[in-house]
Amino acid sequence: MELPFAITLDVGSSHANRTGSWRVERPIYVDRLPPCNDACPAGENIQRWLYQAEPGDYEMAWRQLVEDNPFPAVMGRICYHLCETACNRAQLDEAVGINAVERFLGDLAIERGWSLPPAGAESGKRVLVVGAGPAGLSATYHLRRLGHQVRLVDSAPKLGGMMRFGIPAYRLPRAVLDAEITRIVALGVDVELGHTVQDIEVERNDGGFDAVFLAVGAQLGRRVEIPAGDSSRVLDAVSLLHRVAEDDPPLLGRRVVVYGGGDTALDAARTARRLGATDAVVVYRRNRERMPAHGDQLEEALVEGVTVRWLSTLSRFDGDRLVLEKMRLNDEGFPEPTGEIEELDADSLVLAVGQDTDLSLLDHAPDVAVDDGVVEVLPTMMTGESGVFAGGDSVPSERTATVAIGHGKRAARGIDAFVSGRAAVNADRHELATFDRVNTWYYSDAQRTRRPELERARRQSTFDEVVGGLTEENALFEARRCLSCGNCFECDNCFGVCPDNAVIKLGPSLRYEFDYDFCKGCGICVQECPCGAIDMVPERI
Amino acid sequence: MTTQPVRFYQVGSFAVGNRLLPDDDRTVQSDQNRTNSLDSGHRACQGCGEALGARYALDAAMRATGGRLVAVNATGCLEVFSTPYPETSWRIPWLHSLFGNAPAVATGVAAAMKVKGKGDVRVVAQAGDGGTVDIGFGCLSGMFERNDDVLFICYDNQAYMNTGVQRSGATPPAARTATTEAVGPEPGNVFGQGKDLPRLAMAHDIRYVATATVADLHDLEEKVERAMQLHGARYLHILVPCPLGWGSAPNDTILVARLAKETGLFPVFEAEYGKVTAVSPIRHRTPVEDYLSIQRRYAHLFGEHSRTDIIARIQAIADQNIATYGLIDDEADSRGQKEVTA
Repeated sequence: MELPFAITLDVGSSHANRTGSWRVERPIYVDRLPPCNDACPAGENIQRWLYQAEPGDYEMAWRQLVEDNPFPAVMGRICYHLCETACNRAQLDEAVGINAVERFLGDLAIERGWSLPPAGAESGKRVLVVGAGPAGLSATYHLRRLGHQVRLVDSAPKLGGMMRFGIPAYRLPRAVLDAEITRIVALGVDVELGHTVQDIEVERNDGGFDAVFLAVGAQLGRRVEIPAGDSSRVLDAVSLLHRVAEDDPPLLGRRVVVYGGGDTALDAARTARRLGATDAVVVYRRNRERMPAHGDQLEEALVEGVTVRWLSTLSRFDGDRLVLEKMRLNDEGFPEPTGEIEELDADSLVLAVGQDTDLSLLDHAPDVAVDDGVVEVLPTMMTGESGVFAGGDSVPSERTATVAIGHGKRAARGIDAFVSGRAAVNADRHELATFDRVNTWYYSDAQRTRRPELERARRQSTFDEVVGGLTEENALFEARRCLSCGNCFECDNCFGVCPDNAVIKLGPSLRYEFDYDFCKGCGICVQECPCGAIDMVPERI
Repeated sequence: MTTQPVRFYQVGSFAVGNRLLPDDDRTVQSDQNRTNSLDSGHRACQGCGEALGARYALDAAMRATGGRLVAVNATGCLEVFSTPYPETSWRIPWLHSLFGNAPAVATGVAAAMKVKGKGDVRVVAQAGDGGTVDIGFGCLSGMFERNDDVLFICYDNQAYMNTGVQRSGATPPAARTATTEAVGPEPGNVFGQGKDLPRLAMAHDIRYVATATVADLHDLEEKVERAMQLHGARYLHILVPCPLGWGSAPNDTILVARLAKETGLFPVFEAEYGKVTAVSPIRHRTPVEDYLSIQRRYAHLFGEHSRTDIIARIQAIADQNIATYGLIDDEADSRGQKEVTA
């Protein structure tokens, strides 16, 4: 070996020096459950579809979305977006406008005519779905994708359930609803409308179904007993909304009073305004803080001229005068009568005090347990009777379309396991991605984009849609506000900040790998990861 | 309907990479095929800011020169931890000089390249703060004065770390080092001494002077690239936290550097021919306590006998920097530089 003067060793790379042996803790990549995904009743992988929307891959984003929920355009209008309530970005500036992006994707899919993923290979199993509302349609979609035949029946003349007969058109235009339902039916569904199931056992046996999914909803408007001179002027909100949806609106008069404090009460009052009422007054027993209706729904109603009488209850309705009694909240927050009386002119009274479910079809199904007017179900959505599943408003739950859609998906998986004789398995959930793990320095400062609202004056008299959609520019901007909490979005930060080049970049969508031969365990990558997708764990000895 | 510009990239240019940015706008460090001028296996401490700064700067210089680059390295931490005989971590042509003569050796390399007809090969000289502001200052001043075609990079970790954390001319006031102990009525390093080398370099009226930190990679790379586009004497001063000497947690290296800039204690700017031409504005103004309290070299200012008077003096230095360089700018966008008309 020829070496220069005074040199005894050949030059070598420092690669011979495995500095990984210095380490007492090692960084590991983790995936955490983002709060939006955690909160979504329909189980959408929201963070993932936002990620796909960020570079403008809208179709891919939409395809990710419909993996879990076949109603993006409907959801983008009527979902109460618990995801946004949970969003970590709210602690930084404002929550990401997830709902608006969902609507943008849903509308784009309709405009471009994207179709749902095809039905799965036929399994030969047959499932009866009773009720074509959000739960029934969601279950139908997922069952078809799993290859099971579906017979979908509903007593109404059209598909959609409460999405059509309960939610006013100014919140959910019928063309949008029809487009998304048509896509599901196109997967090959045996639909029978105007068919009321009288006895579930008879129907199941006659048709030879392997399983049944009950999603009959809560269609019966509850009544309260109040002395009324002319009962023809009293109707319930469910009937009102149903008749409006069928283009047969009842005559309400100019002064309409709605009794109740839920979203349905507000829908009834806003509908009354559109039918020509000059006064639409909501009477509610408690105060604003305790109102079950969603805040944005109340805001929109107030803007449209609906007024609310807080802390009031109905006492009597004679002729055209409604007698109210003032209430006060006691220490536990329950309303108590004060004896103080007020009067209100009213041409009609709409009761929005809750809905009941008609379960007469279960009269000969003794194994199906019914408690407090709703069907008891297991986590798989199966009732006490083997092979009979239930979901939506007819089981104990928060009664929203999104929850019903989630039930439909869960029931479809339960049914799939049941008909194939497998045990239903629930996927493990990752640990929650909390805000304290986010390194906010790295995110650009940006406020949320607001959806334009229809001019106030216009919407009082028409059933045109109230809340508009985002432009592409705005939707992209909004999607890019996502912090990607708890899941790597390939920002290259760990790759860049390692002083020891001990992070290996594997290439687009392949993420990174640690080179533990050289990682000294300094933890800079953990500290500087924007989204908290790296943990430090003690080194194995 | 109002419209928002789409130029919003989630992490903007704060993170190292960004899949949403066009390739040309991405950093050298985000490139799978970056040079890795300083390779794995070097013996720098956990979380070393200097190892990071050196790779950032030299990888950027390698890209800017198309790989036609020679680096001259003064004695110091960087040289010691990268080349324990017979190993080397350098993947570029690299030359070790004495502690004090790196600028002169670099001048010689540049002259030799010219004589050999390899004038396209560019030269970078690098040293720590000791080798720059104290021991090598005479040679450096000469290199500036002769306007030799060298980019000199100082990795400033504010003391002689390699030999055991002794004070240098770049050690900040009140900082504890082995030679400025935290004892007596004025613990740590004295106020009013020391050398501000970026300003000394500017006083030579050389082509280009800039400061940077390891906390803002995009800014650092842009400055190296700009420096390599120019000829003549150029100077780049990079703040590189030292977990050992500063007593900061190894995983806080970038955070500490970021706070040095966000408090105003370390102004980040560019200057040409002796005049400041651009500054990086403070994004989230931060009190100096946040910076000082996470470093044990300032531990004597906190706790039971906290020295709020000394902290106030350090805050006054930060405030003075903010005023002098105009580091707070409401007009500046969330990342863009502020142009100075001076």
